[in-house]
Amino acid sequence: MSTVSTTRAPARVERTTDPRPRRSKRRQVRERQWPAYVFLSPWMIGAVVLTLVPMAVSLYLSFTDYNLFDPPHWVGLRNYQEMLFEDPRYWRSVGTTLLYVVVAVPLKLGLALGVAMLLKNLGRGRGFYRSAFYAPSLLGASMSIALVWKALFNDGGTVPDVLDAVGIHTGGWVGNPDLAVYGVVLLTVWQFGAPMVIFLAGLQQISPDLYEAAALDGAGRWRQFVSITVPMLSPVVFFNLVLEVINSFQVFTPAFAISGGDGGPADSTMFYTLYLYERGFTASHMGYAAAMAWLLLIAIGVITLILFRTSRSWVFYADEEGR
Amino acid sequence: MNIATKRWLPHTVAAVCLLVLLYPLAWLLATSLKPADEVVTSLDLLPSHLEWSNYTTALDGVSGVTVSRLLGNTLLIAGGAVLGNVLSCSLAAYAFARLRFRMSKVMFAFMVATLMLPHHVVLIPQYIIFNRLGLVDSFWPLILPKFLATEAFFVFLIVQFMRGLPRELEESARIDGCGPFRAYWSITLPLARPALITTAIFTFIWTWNDFFTQMIYLFAPEKFTITLALRSFVDQSSTSAYGPMFAMSVISVLPIVLFFLVFQRYLVQGMATSGLKG
Repeated sequence: MSTVSTTRAPARVERTTDPRPRRSKRRQVRERQWPAYVFLSPWMIGAVVLTLVPMAVSLYLSFTDYNLFDPPHWVGLRNYQEMLFEDPRYWRSVGTTLLYVVVAVPLKLGLALGVAMLLKNLGRGRGFYRSAFYAPSLLGASMSIALVWKALFNDGGTVPDVLDAVGIHTGGWVGNPDLAVYGVVLLTVWQFGAPMVIFLAGLQQISPDLYEAAALDGAGRWRQFVSITVPMLSPVVFFNLVLEVINSFQVFTPAFAISGGDGGPADSTMFYTLYLYERGFTASHMGYAAAMAWLLLIAIGVITLILFRTSRSWVFYADEEGR
Repeated sequence: MNIATKRWLPHTVAAVCLLVLLYPLAWLLATSLKPADEVVTSLDLLPSHLEWSNYTTALDGVSGVTVSRLLGNTLLIAGGAVLGNVLSCSLAAYAFARLRFRMSKVMFAFMVATLMLPHHVVLIPQYIIFNRLGLVDSFWPLILPKFLATEAFFVFLIVQFMRGLPRELEESARIDGCGPFRAYWSITLPLARPALITTAIFTFIWTWNDFFTQMIYLFAPEKFTITLALRSFVDQSSTSAYGPMFAMSVISVLPIVLFFLVFQRYLVQGMATSGLKG
C-alpha cells in the first residue's frame, strides 16, 4: 500500500508542474542574475577599461618605440634585447632591487616576529605598544619621513654621528654609493609594524594548551618555539612573506627622496621602478618602460609561484591534519 | 632570573625599542622648530628656542601656492578616493559574497589575481587614456579609478568580512519581499561597517601618502598636493630652508597622525583580520 501511494504522489506532482516550472526556473535564474551584474558593473568597467585593456596595450607597446606623441613604431623584440644585453643600467637596477628585497624583507619580518613575541607576553600595556609600533608603518610611506631619513643619514646627520661616537666611521650614507641603498633598507625595516600586527594576531590564536602540554613534557622555551610557534604560525609567515616581497619589488618613494629623484649616487639607489619612471616619463621611452613593466610582472609572478611551491614543504595548516 | 626581572625585562625592552623607533618623529618635530643656525651645527635634539617663524614661512607654501590650497587639493583627492572606494568596492564585494551569477568563480579569481599585479603594467596605457581624454593635470585620474573598484585589496577585504556575516537576516528580509538592493543598502552595509571604516581609513592614508601617481598626473603648481609641494621645496632648498621644509613636513603628516590617533583601534584590527582571513 505504501509503495503505491509514494509512487503515485510524485508522478502527480511531476505532471502538474513539469512543463512550466522549467521555463520559469530558467527565467528565475535570469532574474536573479541581473542584480549581480548591476552590483558588479563599476568593478567590471574598471577591470576591462583600466586593467585588461591596458595590460594588452602595454604588452603591445613593449614591442614598439613610443614617445607618447608620435604613433608607436613596431620594433619587435628590440626593447627586450636592449634591456637584457645592452643596458648595464637596467642590470644595475635589477641588482639593487634584488639586494634590497633579499636584505630588507627578512630583516623586517624577523624584527616583526621578534617584537610580536615580546608583546604577546607583555600583559598590561600590550595594546599601547601594538599601536605605537604600528605608527611608522603608516607614516613611513610619506615623502616627509623619506626626507627626515635623508637628513638623518646624511653627512652630519644623527646616524653617522652616533656611529662615529661608538668608533664606526661611515660618513654620510646618502652620498656614499656603497651605503645609500641601506638607508632605504632601514626605512623599510623601520615600518615593521604592519607585519608585526598580523604576527601578533596569529600568535594569539595559538592555543595555550599546546604550550602547557609541551611544558609538562619538559620542552624548553626554544623547543616550544621551534615545535609549536613556528609550525602554527607558518601560514601567517607565508602570507607576510608573499605580501612583503611583492611590495618590496615596487619600492619607489624613499629611493626617489633619498637620491633626489635621479637614483644617485652612481645609480646606487636606482631601483627598478625608479629606472622605469626615468625611462618612460623623463626620457620618453614608453615602449622600453612598458617592456620593463612586463618583465617585472613576470619576475613577481615567477617568484610568487616559487614561494607557493616551496610553501608546501614548510607551511602547516592545522585544519588539514583533522581531515 | 627572579620574578621581578622576568616581569620588567620585556617592558624595558619594549620601551627602549619604542624610543629608538619614535626618534625620527621626535627629530622631525624638533627640527621644524629649530632656528636656521642650529639645524646643522647643533647636535642637541631640542632647539635652544622655538622658531615659530619656520611655520609661518611654510604656510606661505611653494611657488605662490599657499599651504591651505595644497591641503585643500589633497583633501579633495583623498575624500573623492574614500567615497569611490567605499562605494564601488562594497558593491562588487556584495555581489561576490552574496549573489549568484555566471562566471562568478572566474571573476573572483581574476579579482584576487589583480592583488599581485604591479601597478606599472597598466600605468602607461592608463596615462595614455587620461591623456587622450584631456584629463592629465586634473584630479580625475586620481579619483575616477577609485569609483571603478580598481583596488582589489579592499574588494577582497570586504568580501571576507561579508562572508562572515550571518545570512539569516538577509534571508528573512528576502522572504518579506526585500530586493537585493534594499538588502545591500539596509542590512549588509550597516553590518559591514567595520570593514567599510577600515577601507575608508586606509584609502585616506594611502592616498594622502601617495607620491608616484600624483607626480605623474599633476603639473600645475596650483593643483599640487602637499606631497608634491614638499618635493619642489626640496629641489630649491639649501640648509637654511631646512626649518621651513620640515615645518611643512609636519603639516603634511599631521592629518595622518590625527587619523591614526582617532582610528588606531580600527586600523590595527583591520590590518590583523585582513591578514588572517586570507
